[in-house]
Amino acid sequence: MNRHIFSVLVEDSPGVLSRVTGLFSRRGFNIESLAVGTCEQPDTSRITIVVSGNDVQIEQVKKQLNKLIEVIKVLDITDLEHVERELALIKVKAEPGEVRSAIMQVAGIFRAKIIDVGTDSLMIEVTGDSSKIAAIEDLMSPYGIIEMVRTGKIALQRGAGTACSGR
Amino acid sequence: MKSGAQILIEGLKEQGVDVIFGYPGGVVLPIYDELYDADIRHILVRHEQAAIHAADGYARATGKVGVCLATSGPGACNLVTGLATAYMDSIPVVALTGQVPTGLLGNDAFQESDITGITMPVTKHNFLVQDVKDLKRIIREAFYIANTGRKGPVLIDIPKDVSTTKIPDEDGPDQQIKLRGYKPTYQGHGKQIQKAVELIEAAKRPIIYAGGGVISSEASKELVEFAERTCMPVTTTLMGLGCIPADHPLNLGMLGMHGTEYANYAITESDLLFSIGVRFDDRVTGNLATFAPNAKIIHMDIDPAEIGKNKPVDIPIVGDAKNILTDLLKRIPATCSHPEWSEKVQNWKKNHPLRFKEDGKLRPQYVIRRLAETLGDKGVIVSEVGQNQMWTAQYYPFSHPRQWITSGGLGTMGFGFPAAMGAQVAVPDQPVFVIAGDGSFQMNIQELGTIAQYQIPVKIVILNNQFLGMVRQWQELFYERRYSYTELPEVQFEHIAKAYGIEAETVRSIPDIDSAFKRALNCNGPYLLDIRVEREENVFPMVPAGAAISEMIVGQHTEHEEE
Repeated sequence: MNRHIFSVLVEDSPGVLSRVTGLFSRRGFNIESLAVGTCEQPDTSRITIVVSGNDVQIEQVKKQLNKLIEVIKVLDITDLEHVERELALIKVKAEPGEVRSAIMQVAGIFRAKIIDVGTDSLMIEVTGDSSKIAAIEDLMSPYGIIEMVRTGKIALQRGAGTACSGR
Repeated sequence: MKSGAQILIEGLKEQGVDVIFGYPGGVVLPIYDELYDADIRHILVRHEQAAIHAADGYARATGKVGVCLATSGPGACNLVTGLATAYMDSIPVVALTGQVPTGLLGNDAFQESDITGITMPVTKHNFLVQDVKDLKRIIREAFYIANTGRKGPVLIDIPKDVSTTKIPDEDGPDQQIKLRGYKPTYQGHGKQIQKAVELIEAAKRPIIYAGGGVISSEASKELVEFAERTCMPVTTTLMGLGCIPADHPLNLGMLGMHGTEYANYAITESDLLFSIGVRFDDRVTGNLATFAPNAKIIHMDIDPAEIGKNKPVDIPIVGDAKNILTDLLKRIPATCSHPEWSEKVQNWKKNHPLRFKEDGKLRPQYVIRRLAETLGDKGVIVSEVGQNQMWTAQYYPFSHPRQWITSGGLGTMGFGFPAAMGAQVAVPDQPVFVIAGDGSFQMNIQELGTIAQYQIPVKIVILNNQFLGMVRQWQELFYERRYSYTELPEVQFEHIAKAYGIEAETVRSIPDIDSAFKRALNCNGPYLLDIRVEREENVFPMVPAGAAISEMIVGQHTEHEEE
């Protein structure tokens, strides 16, 4: 089982995400992470999908995605030089006093930002790869994580190559 | 100014649509009103499932796109089985459905269903028309998608207000087909084809495994020429029957679960499997590990996702079968031969023929053989699903493509009769016979009303054994003859047909068969033959599910000499 990151360029039209996710569920491919948003090309969205599987399964994922009419390009960037990021918002219990300053210190080390302060809570914004987010989550859990959300992974190839040029 | 309904009808005419199979309802009334004076024939079916099976049968008989029309909600939902059937067999169909007005979408309005959501997994693509300005472009795209690349069904969902809204009568700037993500590959890669040539020349025991892709790319002439030039025996899938004439010396008939012994032995012993337009379905391969275990595999298909899906492949070639075979024929010398292999294959063919017991009892295999002898190479044969389908596949000597219509991938009981109706509308000058079981015929029996109303001269042959025969066969072989809910009561189909005004008769013995077929053929309208066959006849050979295809049960009626 290998983890693969697909960068998928799709038409920005209603139902596309449903076609993509429907394809994964009905063929039994497990999505580990999925993030969608508009991108530099007009009428186009980029979906970043992380999926695990053996070589045959990954090949099928790619071919089946390519069959969808609204999928313009599928690029497996796993083996290309690339940057991966994820954003997390972590709301943590933080009574004013020593606890609160300890949390702020840890956040500083992770170059995370405090983006909301409540009477007895803090919200931390952190970006990075999965291990960094896992690490700060570990450090925060003793204080009590009230709520947490992650965006799912986004990734881009390094250098001037793009999903469309296929380089 | 033109309404959406007018734009739709003009769009269909532009695509060459001459017949629509449909069923009206509230939200498609504006479309039906336009159809009232349109120069397009509309056949009113009795159930929407029959409409899409008929459109499918029309497409299979002609290679053109079949079209059906249904209303929203229940009407649209009744198309699902037919869409899935066409999807599994890659048949070009455009299904038009009505939808509640855009303002009500998502409100659980009366007769609303999310049909684009429901049919996503069983269509090649589908559209919900949100603005009448897009309608013309969407119709063009739908027909283009349905009938190019790997063909398949496309659904267009049209809200009522889109049908009624009027817009100026002109082509907008974005009416051209611009599908950035859809570019089917038609030409095979030259280097891959060259590699295939080298493998073919080096092979000692090569075999061709040909499927429905050969039929849909109209490549049967090239296939036969290629087989003859390379002396390669040809076995076909259920969907590929007819792509090489049954009486051709290189033809080994069908392979797989109910394939011929000789095809399955030849596959198992081959050293090169040349696969064309097939998908290594489990009913063909049996246990994948023992399917062509010693063979190098060349797989050509227009759909790259089929290549390597079930079985690793040595040489993949993506493209259209006709193009690739034409290219191959230019590169293959006329000197390939493998006399030892040819002799071995011919000996299997001679020593293990398809057989059934001929003891004076009325057996279904005999009925099919007599029908073939009555029709010669004329006509279209459509089957239902089950034993009737397998016996027809085994015993009917198909001589050309599109002579045989059957639901392969989905195995849809109830497909055959309405599909035969669609085929008969498509080829009115040819006799169209549907071979049915009493079980599957009753799944869309209401279409007797349609063929009676329009005098569509389909000839219905019911191999009546008062069982769900194929299920009963499995119960006999694998469930100790515990016939759990597979027995059907005797039905007088003759009376039912006559109630609809259709001529019919019941046949109970061998001497009556030929004259009954003659009466059916000579009748100008539809005709039903209720043929009472041996009740517990089985389909042999049979490969148990999951076994190697060389491990066939050959059956009690197929005793044969040892080699």
